[in-house]
Amino acid sequence: MSTTPHAHIPTHIHPPIYSLTHTHTHTRTHTAMSPSVPLQEMIRAIRSARTQCEERGVIQRECAAIRAQFRQADNGGRSHNLAKLLYVHMLGYPAHFGQMECVRMIASPRYSEKRVGYLGAMMLLDEKQDASLLITNSIKNDLAHSNQYVQSLALCTLACMGSAEMCRDLAPEIDRLLRASNSYIKKKAALCAVHIVRKVHELGELFAPAARSLLSEKNHGVLHGAVVLIIELCERNPETLERFRKTVPDLVQIMKGLVLSGYSPEHDVSGISDPFLQVRILRLLRILGRNNEGASDAMNDLLAQVATNTDSTKTVGNAVLYETVLTVLDIKSESGLRVLAVNILGRFLLNNDRNIRYIAMTSLQKIVGTDHNAVQRHRGTIVDCLKDQDASVKRRSLELSLALVSASNIRSMMKELLLFLSSCPPELRSHAASGIFNAAERYAPSQRWHIDTMLHVLITAGGDVRDETVPNLIQLITNASELHCYTVHKLYRALLTDISQQSLVQVACWCIGEYGDLLLRGDCQETEPVQVTEDDALDALETVLQSHMSSPATRGFALTATMKLSTRITDNVDRIRSIVSIYGSCIDVELQQRAVEYNALFKKYDHMRAAVLERMPVIEKNSPGHTNGEFTGEAIRDIPTAKIKQGELPLLPQQPANQVCDLLDLLGGSEETLQPSPAPGLSINAASTAGGDLLDLLGGLEPALLAPAPTVPVYEKGGVTLTLSCEKQSDTGLTVTLTASNSTDSDISSFTLQAAVPKSVQLHMKAPSGDYLPARGTAKVIQMVVLNNPNKVNLKMRVRISYTRQASAFQDTVQIDSFPGLDAAGH
Amino acid sequence: MIKSILIFNNHGKPRLIRFYQYFAEEMQQQIIRETFHLVSKRDDNVCNFLEGGSLIGGSDDKLIYRHYATLYFVFCVDSSESELGILDLIQVFVETLDKCFENVCELDLIFHMDKVHYILQEVVMGGMVLETNMNEIVAQVELQNRMEKSEVSPSATLKDHASVLTSNITVFISLVADLRIAAHISDVASDPNRSDVAVDVVETTDQSELSRPSS
Repeated sequence: MSTTPHAHIPTHIHPPIYSLTHTHTHTRTHTAMSPSVPLQEMIRAIRSARTQCEERGVIQRECAAIRAQFRQADNGGRSHNLAKLLYVHMLGYPAHFGQMECVRMIASPRYSEKRVGYLGAMMLLDEKQDASLLITNSIKNDLAHSNQYVQSLALCTLACMGSAEMCRDLAPEIDRLLRASNSYIKKKAALCAVHIVRKVHELGELFAPAARSLLSEKNHGVLHGAVVLIIELCERNPETLERFRKTVPDLVQIMKGLVLSGYSPEHDVSGISDPFLQVRILRLLRILGRNNEGASDAMNDLLAQVATNTDSTKTVGNAVLYETVLTVLDIKSESGLRVLAVNILGRFLLNNDRNIRYIAMTSLQKIVGTDHNAVQRHRGTIVDCLKDQDASVKRRSLELSLALVSASNIRSMMKELLLFLSSCPPELRSHAASGIFNAAERYAPSQRWHIDTMLHVLITAGGDVRDETVPNLIQLITNASELHCYTVHKLYRALLTDISQQSLVQVACWCIGEYGDLLLRGDCQETEPVQVTEDDALDALETVLQSHMSSPATRGFALTATMKLSTRITDNVDRIRSIVSIYGSCIDVELQQRAVEYNALFKKYDHMRAAVLERMPVIEKNSPGHTNGEFTGEAIRDIPTAKIKQGELPLLPQQPANQVCDLLDLLGGSEETLQPSPAPGLSINAASTAGGDLLDLLGGLEPALLAPAPTVPVYEKGGVTLTLSCEKQSDTGLTVTLTASNSTDSDISSFTLQAAVPKSVQLHMKAPSGDYLPARGTAKVIQMVVLNNPNKVNLKMRVRISYTRQASAFQDTVQIDSFPGLDAAGH
Repeated sequence: MIKSILIFNNHGKPRLIRFYQYFAEEMQQQIIRETFHLVSKRDDNVCNFLEGGSLIGGSDDKLIYRHYATLYFVFCVDSSESELGILDLIQVFVETLDKCFENVCELDLIFHMDKVHYILQEVVMGGMVLETNMNEIVAQVELQNRMEKSEVSPSATLKDHASVLTSNITVFISLVADLRIAAHISDVASDPNRSDVAVDVVETTDQSELSRPSS
């Protein structure tokens, strides 16, 4: 009779996954688990497939057969077909065509069909699908069925995938079942109620009375369900929480019963009486006792009792202890009890079992904000866990170590953290790096230490740091003026050893360019003297430029650095000239553009080169116009758009003022290249050093660039004039050129334009020609706006003008309703 | 809340998947693959908790797993569950499987996937822990299986019916009273030509354990 499907397979290939009774002879007699033969035949066929392709073939055939049989009327084998389909679904093949079959099976009067039908519904249906609406009625009928197992199927399905609508419809039924006499149904109804409350919060009120009365149950399953339900109700509604505070004595009584009762075979798990129920009650007590003196007082004794009497040699005991500790630490407990709790965690931390150590650190993490000193006592052990071989333990230990860093221990902690960084698993590296940056920023004992630490991180994990690290570090370096020489030497050496870590290379290039003179002078006291020649420095930069490991942004940094060196060295300017001209034909457009600009600077405006490439002023953190383009963009986006009637006209962030393109204007005629995307890596170098001078220079060139379209003034206030001209590009496309000028006696800086158009119109703002308007109209700012009006709606544009004059900010808005040169295209 | 329960073998082949939160089919498979990748590279002596899944098990969630011989049992839970509690729950689930299948092995899970689902349904419901008392779980699962079996093929040999009736025939009859099968059984019992079956039924009621076929 042993028609078991796998009797012929040697058992050593598939050893028992778990065995309480190894004395069993391994003969398979599934009396209780009757094999559903057609399903098993299919599984065997699938398993005998030798290749993925063969398997697909078998499954396609099976699915076709299943589909065909679904279409037939009742044939007795329907439940097998659905079971087969669920197996296919598990393997990842499409099974959605079984959805309607589930609905039909659920409506069947036979238990076996209902059973698999409900299982299928839970696996294949999504509450958002229409098919799930079709089962609402079946569930309703089955909830009122006379057989508890049919009721249970309906409850289980509702708890798994009941939509809000379904929950509203069926909540009264569930409330009725909560008051049933059958404990098997009651425990399921309780969990079903939890799901309903999660879906429809206001139904919580309905279940509160029944939940309260379930606490007097003797059956542990029902009690457990009741506690879960009460936790849910209390977390949803503070008033309910207040009411359930009255149940604390009952809960304490139930817990006492569990802790003090002798051995009860039914609920015993390795010597602990129903640890699952204990854990759940302790959780509820935590919620009830939080921020409430009275409730906390009522449970203090119990918690002390559990904390001292629970056997901590087994996992189950530790599970209860762990929960007790969390409750003690979360409620307003007595100080003695808190000490006891922290001590238990300390003991956990020394446990050999990694699971226990892991949860010890998880709980210490929770209290590190409130009981910082208590956690600080375990710092040594926690830091040791950084060296554990288990990635999960490492992760916890890292979190906790970062939280424990303070001004007094920063040096020793950082040593450990940097050591950790060099050997940590890749998935933790970026988190560790940013944690270290934050800690260093907060507690750095000196600027030099701070720079050293950041460089160390870049050297060990330069590939895993966030993008803003580079500008942050550059800013830090600029501000530490007495360390420029030291830093540039250190970075130069780092660059020689490794040019693969992009962020490190970028910072190094920037510093070599900026402080090249200091590098060459080499009279730095802080490091052992290294004589760097001009050629050495240029070699290093050229290596970066040529390396295939360098990203385009990195190359940009290197090229700009090379250019800057041209004013910081004396002999090798020709070499720089040739490097720059080589990249004038580079395949990378961004780099080519830069090179062409620099070439022009050499050729046409050599007299200005020194001024343009002057050393950067000290960067103020995140002030627009000084940091790179990305930052300014963000700053603009942060301005609440509500100022200009939000919603109707979406206000698009304008491309930030980007002086890089000013350089472009040097090229004169070639308008094609006039709209560069802002290059974050480069703009920081070229930004604003000599922005004013450069713009002056551009002033003369601009009129040549203006389109001959009719120009009308749209705004004139306080000496600032804005004119507009339009050019139709296509049937729907339109280019609007806004030109701003300043006729006052004072310079205007941070001049930006932002534009908004009706929703259906697409707006694209090109980079403006600058953000600086010198006094008395010597220069202009040009802003090109490309509009696409596919629906040909009435075109309107709102423009926000903002600028700074004499250190105070101005802002104004103007609406443009008519566009010259556009023959009422919108009407 | 338990977000999902995954069982797969040492090669990442899924043996049971259960999601208590909706994911599209392809996503489910991706989750299985990612979870397998995360779990399988861990030694057996490290801890049973894992964070940092990108699809599931990230942010507030954790993967809690146990490895038995050829199978991984992975539960993905949020912070409202006790880590150690779930670890014990996995143990309860596996011990229950062991009781239901008598020395359970991977093949049992493969060929009886539906049965494993039914057992799980008595342990976890809608992502919440339902019952942890093993005896209760096993008893309820058996009663349901019997009820199902008794109606599957009313025309099959009655020996089969007899073999599924074990400890408490009165419970059984009351359970199926409302289904057609009950009428069928009473017909059989009163049929003089089939008295042998009736005797079988009585005999099996005396056995406290599930009978094994003697042949």
